[in-house]
Amino acid sequence: MSTEQGQRAIRCLVAKVGLDGHDRGAHVIARAFRDAGFEVIYSGLHKSPDEIVQASVQEDVDVLGISILSGAHDTLVPKIIDGLEEYGALEDTLVLVGGIVPEEDREELYEMGVAEIFGPGSSMEETIEFVREHVPRDR
Amino acid sequence: MSGDESLIDELLAGEHRALARVITKIENRSPGYRELVSRLHDHTGRAQVVGITGSPGAGKSTLVDKMAATYRERGETVGVIAIDPSSPYTGGAVLGDRIRMASNVGDMDVFFRSMSARGSLGGLSTSTTDAVKALDAFGKDRIIVETVGAGQNEVDIVRMADTVAVLVPPGSGDDVQMLKAGILEIADAFVVNKADLDGADRTVKELREMVHMRDASPMAGHHGAGAGPSGIDDDKNEDDDEERQPPIIETVAKTGEGVDELLAVLADHAEWLEATGERGARARRRYADEIRTLLRADSAALVEEELEARGGLEEYVDAVVARETDPYSVADEVLAPVAEAVRERRDARED
Repeated sequence: MSTEQGQRAIRCLVAKVGLDGHDRGAHVIARAFRDAGFEVIYSGLHKSPDEIVQASVQEDVDVLGISILSGAHDTLVPKIIDGLEEYGALEDTLVLVGGIVPEEDREELYEMGVAEIFGPGSSMEETIEFVREHVPRDR
Repeated sequence: MSGDESLIDELLAGEHRALARVITKIENRSPGYRELVSRLHDHTGRAQVVGITGSPGAGKSTLVDKMAATYRERGETVGVIAIDPSSPYTGGAVLGDRIRMASNVGDMDVFFRSMSARGSLGGLSTSTTDAVKALDAFGKDRIIVETVGAGQNEVDIVRMADTVAVLVPPGSGDDVQMLKAGILEIADAFVVNKADLDGADRTVKELREMVHMRDASPMAGHHGAGAGPSGIDDDKNEDDDEERQPPIIETVAKTGEGVDELLAVLADHAEWLEATGERGARARRRYADEIRTLLRADSAALVEEELEARGGLEEYVDAVVARETDPYSVADEVLAPVAEAVRERRDARED
């Protein structure tokens, strides 16, 4: 409450990339994050990986949640990860992927630096809990 | 601490990530953020700061997007700080202004940062002022601060801009009411956005009348009257510089119509500030405000610390409830040693 104390808030970017117009999930998660006390920046639809990188860097988010339901995760996610790396932002950004990712694609995404993948049926509580536990602390 | 030192060097060297990180530290009030901002100060004072305010849905973000794009076309770099409210219950917020920044995609020379109003009163204006300093020191030519215009907090925020533009959507008698209630005074320019909608003409007319009335009202001359020995001189002075009428510009932010004109008006105002010496006067006022705000916050924190050391407020509350003492006496008691120490030091200095 006091102005002198730190006023840290967890900042998240909820991002929709590529030609994928399904944003119900992104909206629901944005809302759940907000209600969990996070500051949520929503990217809007049809963003390019560059835009997502730009937004993540400028907003200095703790968490980047990429929502993909188009199946293009294997091309879009690497582009975002590379971009974050270029700005030296990858190591302290928690990158999450939400949407439909087939089992056989997952390992590759994890290796790239994606912290967790939340598929259909994931609960909000689970996701929020994951963020609280894994968000980079040393800021 | 050395990490912070290099952070400033990186910021001054033009690294976007460092700029983003510094703003985060400012927002979080992380340990050491004060030293960071102190170091920034020396590098500030170059950017032109424009405040944009207006009711939700007036088209602020869309207009800011087009303004930024136009500045970029002219080869100028832009920083934007967009402030959205946060929930008073959870502290959470959805910061949606970024969605409208469609014209500046992939252009890192438009540095857009969303901020939420994190709780504490007065804290937001300090964070915003400091974040503007970071953008200024970074070397941005233009800085735009965008905020919903309702209430003292927001007025405080835009007050730190060199030029304040107030957006008024057409056909909204309510907004004109809001303007009457206090935002009128801070506007250096009015923007009737969505000027292609029905009722825009009427809104322009209403605004014009209001601006006129402000000048004609007895209040307008009030602060001059009686200030000098001759009332006639006072009137003259006011005609010269005091009574600059805020222009009214019509824009359609969605298409970019009127944006050039708006920027021209803003540039005019910047020139006017320079020519009349008002820019310097405003800067002085701003720094005075800033110092006062910091002093207030810091002394409040000091008192909080003292309270903590005395075992918290609860016991005092108990005593007040039991009618053993009263709030004024408690305040005196807690503050007495602080006041004493301050006065002792002052006396020692004066000797």
